[in-house]
Amino acid sequence: FMQRGLDSQTKKQLEEEEKKIISEEHWYLDVPDLKEKESCIIEERSFLRCEDLVYGRMSFKGFNPEIEKLMIKMNSKCKEEEIEEDDKMEADVSDEEMARRYETLVGTIGKKFLRKRDQRVLKDDDEDEDDEVEEGNSNTRPSKRAKKMFLKPQD
Amino acid sequence: AAPQGRLLCGPGLRRGGAGLLVTKCGLLRHRPAGGGAYWVDSQQKRYVPVKGDHVIGIVTAKAGDVFRLDVGGSEPASLSYLAFEGATKRNRPNVQVGDLVYGQFVVANKDMEPEMVCIDSSGKSSGMGIIGQDGFLFKVSLGLIRKLLAPKCEIIQELSQLYPFELVLGMNGRIWVKAKTVQQTLIIVNILEACEYMTAEQRKQALAKLSGN
Repeated sequence: FMQRGLDSQTKKQLEEEEKKIISEEHWYLDVPDLKEKESCIIEERSFLRCEDLVYGRMSFKGFNPEIEKLMIKMNSKCKEEEIEEDDKMEADVSDEEMARRYETLVGTIGKKFLRKRDQRVLKDDDEDEDDEVEEGNSNTRPSKRAKKMFLKPQD
Repeated sequence: AAPQGRLLCGPGLRRGGAGLLVTKCGLLRHRPAGGGAYWVDSQQKRYVPVKGDHVIGIVTAKAGDVFRLDVGGSEPASLSYLAFEGATKRNRPNVQVGDLVYGQFVVANKDMEPEMVCIDSSGKSSGMGIIGQDGFLFKVSLGLIRKLLAPKCEIIQELSQLYPFELVLGMNGRIWVKAKTVQQTLIIVNILEACEYMTAEQRKQALAKLSGN
């Protein structure tokens, strides 16, 4: 129904008329908005929420050990007696040893990711000195630098 | 518990207009903790299914994927076979007609048929499910059940001193007891039935006689 020949003005007029028709057809309430009363009361039909009732399954004097465990669990949940156990498991490896191992570990894994040239350099250094990898690394650095610097051709 | 500023009105009370209406006769109880709660403590024999209650049901029929349980209400409750811990379509629970099941209501209102499940919200059974073989099931009034389920119930404490036994209390008034011999089981049943109308002293006398024997 939108004909190409229509001017923009007439188009706008047509649109407005359409909108009017549509909005008049919409129903709306003339009644003022009722305020919702905030209900301060909650209705509850079960006794469980009102009274502190214990769990219904019980066992005494070890007749059913699983249920006795369950009793302790359920009743401690209700009373919120959280027995916080110190879960400090004794570590197999002490902290110091762990730190030492980790130091060397970083070096060995770092070697894996070095490029071929650098690996060759490292190998030469390792043959010379059998020290910790740290020193090996520090030795490679000056030699790397030396290699990368421009060597002036001798006259 | 009720959130801050809101009051919990329990069974026997209903909100009517601006205030509360009482719908049952009994003692009005109040709990100040957790925002305050009021309810009416009344005596009743007939159970009305309530959501969240743990009850003992008797399987009366198997209808396809669903079991029909008798819980003592006006309608039989339905229990799906998938509502057990570790149950899948291939791994069905072994439930026969006449079995006892301990479960909780997940849907229970006056417009719909009550539905039960035997797992809790995290998917674990936590004690619910089929109750084992042997034992004795009997019915008491609902008020006694609530008295027995109170946090420090003297009756239960005194009984536990006698001999080892197992007890399941359903909020629908049904109690299941199992002890080592039939005689012991029957003694416990008789005490529980009678202690509704006995005073504390009479009960202690009866128990003293039994432990003397």
